[in-house]
Amino acid sequence: MRPIDAAAHTRGESRYVDDVNPPAGMLHGAIFGSPVAHGEIRRLVLERGRNAEGVVAILTAADIPGENQIGPTIQDEPLLAEGTVHFQGQPIALVLAETAEQARAAVRQLQVEVDPLPAITDPLEAYAAGEVIDRPRTLTLGDVDGAWGNCHLVVEGSCDIGGQEHVYLETQRSRAVPREGGCLQLFSSTQSPYASQKMTARVLGIAHHRIEVDVRRLGGGFGGKEDQATPWAVLAALGAWKTGSAVEIVLRREEDMRMTGKRHPYRSRFKIGVDPEGRILAFEAWHYQNSGAAADLSTSVLARTLFHSTNSYHIPNVRVFGVCCRTHLPPNTAFRGFGGPQGMFVIESAVARVAEILELPREEIQRRNLLQDGDEFPYGQKVLEGRAGRTWDEAAETYDLAAIRRRVEEFNRGESLEKKGFSVMPICFGISFTATFMNQAGCLLHVYSDGSVGVTTGGVEMGQGFNTNIAIVISRSLGIRPERIKVEATNTTRVANMSPSAASSTTLLNGNAALLAAQKILDGMRELVGEELGVEDLDSITLADEQVLVDGEATDWTWERLVQAAYLHRVPLSAHAHFRTPNIWYDEELEKGRPFAYHVFGTAITEVTLDCLRGIYRIDSVKILHDLGRTLHEKVDLGQVEGGLAQGIGWMTVEDLRFDDSGRIRSHALATYKVPDVDCMPDDLEVRFLENAGNPLGPFHSKAVGEPPLMYGIGTYFAIRDALRASGAELGSELDSPMTPERVLLALHAPSLRAIEAKRSEATETVPAGG
Amino acid sequence: MSASQRYPEIRFFLNDREVGAARAPGCLVLDYLRGEAESKGTKEGCREGDCGACTVLIGELAETSIVYRPVTSCLVPIAELAGKHLVTIEGLNGEAENGDGLDPVQRWIVETGATQCGFCTPGIVVSLHGLLLDRRKTSDRAEVRRALSGHLCRCTGYRSLQESGEGLLAEVGPSRGLDELVQRGFLPSYFLGLPEKLRHLQEREKKRPGKDTVPMVAVSGHRRPEASEPAMPESFAEPGQTKPAAGWLVAGGTDLYVQRGEELATSPLKALNLYPEMRGIRRHNGHLRLGALTTFEELAEDEHFREVVPGIREYMDLIASWQVRNRATIGGNVINASPIGDVTILLLALDAELVLGSGEERRRVPLRSFYRDYKVLDKAPEEILTEIAVPIYDRDTLTHFEKVSKRRWLDIASVNTALRVRMQDDLIAEISLAVGGVAPVPLLLRRTGDFLRGKPVAAEVVRRGLEIAQEEISPISDVRGSEAYKRLLTRQLIIAHFSKLFPEQLQPRQLQPEPLWPEDLHAPD
Repeated sequence: MRPIDAAAHTRGESRYVDDVNPPAGMLHGAIFGSPVAHGEIRRLVLERGRNAEGVVAILTAADIPGENQIGPTIQDEPLLAEGTVHFQGQPIALVLAETAEQARAAVRQLQVEVDPLPAITDPLEAYAAGEVIDRPRTLTLGDVDGAWGNCHLVVEGSCDIGGQEHVYLETQRSRAVPREGGCLQLFSSTQSPYASQKMTARVLGIAHHRIEVDVRRLGGGFGGKEDQATPWAVLAALGAWKTGSAVEIVLRREEDMRMTGKRHPYRSRFKIGVDPEGRILAFEAWHYQNSGAAADLSTSVLARTLFHSTNSYHIPNVRVFGVCCRTHLPPNTAFRGFGGPQGMFVIESAVARVAEILELPREEIQRRNLLQDGDEFPYGQKVLEGRAGRTWDEAAETYDLAAIRRRVEEFNRGESLEKKGFSVMPICFGISFTATFMNQAGCLLHVYSDGSVGVTTGGVEMGQGFNTNIAIVISRSLGIRPERIKVEATNTTRVANMSPSAASSTTLLNGNAALLAAQKILDGMRELVGEELGVEDLDSITLADEQVLVDGEATDWTWERLVQAAYLHRVPLSAHAHFRTPNIWYDEELEKGRPFAYHVFGTAITEVTLDCLRGIYRIDSVKILHDLGRTLHEKVDLGQVEGGLAQGIGWMTVEDLRFDDSGRIRSHALATYKVPDVDCMPDDLEVRFLENAGNPLGPFHSKAVGEPPLMYGIGTYFAIRDALRASGAELGSELDSPMTPERVLLALHAPSLRAIEAKRSEATETVPAGG
Repeated sequence: MSASQRYPEIRFFLNDREVGAARAPGCLVLDYLRGEAESKGTKEGCREGDCGACTVLIGELAETSIVYRPVTSCLVPIAELAGKHLVTIEGLNGEAENGDGLDPVQRWIVETGATQCGFCTPGIVVSLHGLLLDRRKTSDRAEVRRALSGHLCRCTGYRSLQESGEGLLAEVGPSRGLDELVQRGFLPSYFLGLPEKLRHLQEREKKRPGKDTVPMVAVSGHRRPEASEPAMPESFAEPGQTKPAAGWLVAGGTDLYVQRGEELATSPLKALNLYPEMRGIRRHNGHLRLGALTTFEELAEDEHFREVVPGIREYMDLIASWQVRNRATIGGNVINASPIGDVTILLLALDAELVLGSGEERRRVPLRSFYRDYKVLDKAPEEILTEIAVPIYDRDTLTHFEKVSKRRWLDIASVNTALRVRMQDDLIAEISLAVGGVAPVPLLLRRTGDFLRGKPVAAEVVRRGLEIAQEEISPISDVRGSEAYKRLLTRQLIIAHFSKLFPEQLQPRQLQPEPLWPEDLHAPD
């Protein structure tokens, strides 16, 4: 089948929040944000804004009827700042006007006097100042301290890991419409409709059931609309509540980039010990997460960093420390991979250093240490049906890794000003929300008397193909054509208490709920068929190709006849079902448990060419062998793998997030923050799926596919580093990202730069004073 | 300016119907489309021409046919639409009653899985139609990359989009005319009637009163008679005034709208592109006279300019995107005075001369003396840049352009540089070396050039040249790179010039202060 929505997308007919005709008299909101990163608000001057053309109201914290609090995990995030501001762009006031232009013009008329306080942007500095969110955490396995003495080589190093802006093409937006009886309906671009509902209710001081959140689709989310969609939904709701008019808020790109959090930058250190063959005997890491000004989801992100800190490797002795450090950047948040990429980057850096020092091929060390069934992760879970070795070996064989190495080495023996490099990047990514209670989902399934079907789940379509997956699950379960199925907008009145669409788990959780809902309806139908056809063994009744089958033999009962009969016999044609992932738990005191339902494995081989003269590079090829169980829809899954890779490549190469020391964002527009374009991607991109790979927990044996492929992008970093090594560049124990052309050139030509600088200081010294 | 102010009506074709819009001249086409025109398929992704989600086609009448170009509607003032054909995604959709309602462009995207969240998709569909209307003689791969160059897609990773585009081009076959594209369902049939309709519209508009002060229609065609000075719209130039009466003068607007979009939307504004006399390239007196409003894309495709700078097409791939190159003008780049303007750096090395006009007056200023300080120009407020004269160098003169930016395409350079050099008897007879991003102004390295002139291209000579260059530049650290990086990059790119143009005389490794490649690595045995 064609992915749902694809045709409408190409015709420009898919409607996003603000494409729908507005209700009469709808107001537009614009946000006045803090001009500084940290300070005490002394005085807020609103008069000029209030008198500006078209302005209807200006709301501040004082106008909040309920609680001024939207922190999703820890209650440290006000909707509108009062007293102290904690990051530049933090919302202070909401201006409501007849047009968006008028609202923005009025925002420019507002003033706030702030007594500035020192701003911290570096997590190490924050940690030293005691600015810590929640408690530091440490995972341990074996005896690290005792292991160092047995090591042939112990290497230490550090990683300064850059953040990443989501750049969902559709910026944050929300529309709130007052409904009768003191209720509100919200149309929001959010991955977490329930968070919008819950926080709106809290801020307005009313019950959840008075807020309905409806989400048709998102123009991209990538984690950036998991909890960071909430403020704009709640602000729109507050505006509608106070004015009685519908209110819409659509952030401009610059506002979005300035006001919303991103992937967490990390400052990390590592220490790794190996035997002479490069077998890893001990590993220790310290992760200082730059959490930004509020907790948001930072503690959960940190947990995943720790969980993935050994990636696909078995290491017998491990200690990883992590801490969320509060700084004066916008609260950093979920982003595809959710802390996993940073953890993996650090272990891969450690392995790279070992290879560089031992002068062993990096991929030999990696292969030697891959996880096997029964190996224990530092968090206590054991590898079950692990596919680290399988995907590695199949990738190495299919793509002829040995030939790649030969080709690269041969090229590098030449006189060219270019050098090639390659890397192998294995991934092992745990599937489940790390907060166990979130691993639940609901589905509401309606079969109408004409045989058409409507399905609502707690999952949100954000481009990942979730609705297509759900339609396939229902179509296969009921044995009917996908065309009969309409996947409804996600709506909090149809499915309550939904978890966000995140953690790669949306299809796992909601797909299983959909399976259960279909099962409920099928059970009633089978009973009816049993009675009507005199079949005793109800299990022998199945549905396929729109036909009722008994013992695999077609009957003259079609789907439509079955539905009609069920309706007339008052058999339920609607069902609600709930799914929770079985057998997962985690004890945060012990830091042990079984947090993940299963793991996703895969291997990517990346080749790059470095232009040693200019310090620029091209990715020649990326070849991936990915484990996704059995695919539900091959094009959808392929799109997830390729798109995740592109974001990972961006994070590791061109996406260069910059804040100045005062906490002001410097890369606040698409002119100053570049994401991959078509030219950044390799011409030679090949993705294969592991064959004969099931997954009993996934609907129809599928595996989660949203996040894991992003981490294939890490391979790009190490392929470039490999090429740098071949060029004779000075490589130290500081592995910082992203690998921008600047970092590359400075590494390549350190001697030339030293010569330039020597010459310049010479010149300065010889210039007479005043000359 | 109050929202209720009445503006003269601008008349144009929006897809298949003639419409009028009485909006401030600087109102963005994007805002008009998503507002009163209710063309919700046109998406806003960035408002600065970087993402392509708002791409539309603008068709201009050229004699009997219409030339269509994709542009980002977030950078186009509505005033420019007068007498033109604006095509949005809604105007490209096939009739929904026909099967699935998809034309081949759309079908290829659907079938290759090249749309996910869908937000970037309509713009890409528009650009691919633009590509069908403007096929060039390069590979399908390169053509599709051109069409995608101005689009960001955060979901797919582009491979499927590239596949869809190449599949489409293979289906279309060699370059096709409008008639055939319509007949085969690549374009809706109403396109066939548009040239006639536009002509009628323009004729009507020319007779409309009020057009003396506000031009309502651009004159079609832009080649000017050989010898004449370009005409200049008189109403700009009232000598002695500090600011042109018309308010903001916008050429392509591709940087101006990014910097001052809010202000331009409601300010008095004159869209210079309504004066096509200032567009186009001609040969005159041993010079190429580039009309100030010639776009980057026109420059890259111009056969005369390609003779002077043979690599221009290749360099242009590093400069902006297809949509932006269709808008950005040479004159705008020069007047914008960005120290890092790509075309300006090239013109500086070519020793271009500017023609500034004020009423009947014409004044010539060499580009090399035009920039006095950061955005301070040798130009009176009432003067307008009408033409840029580039000497037609003989075949012995070599030119080369280098640019490094964080992202290779559609990014502002960390450092860019252009070199023009002529050798005689193995010595450098003439040389001009310009560098951008390393000073408050686009910088000509005069002392470096003076030193190199009369010397051979040899490692020792270039080495000394590189040292002098370091004394001439004064980069600062910013989001494009640290000072140290820009110094190092300047050095490397100058080496790149010489090693590219004189591979026999200069190998970059001769200039390394220490061996970059350990002996064992480049001694194969």
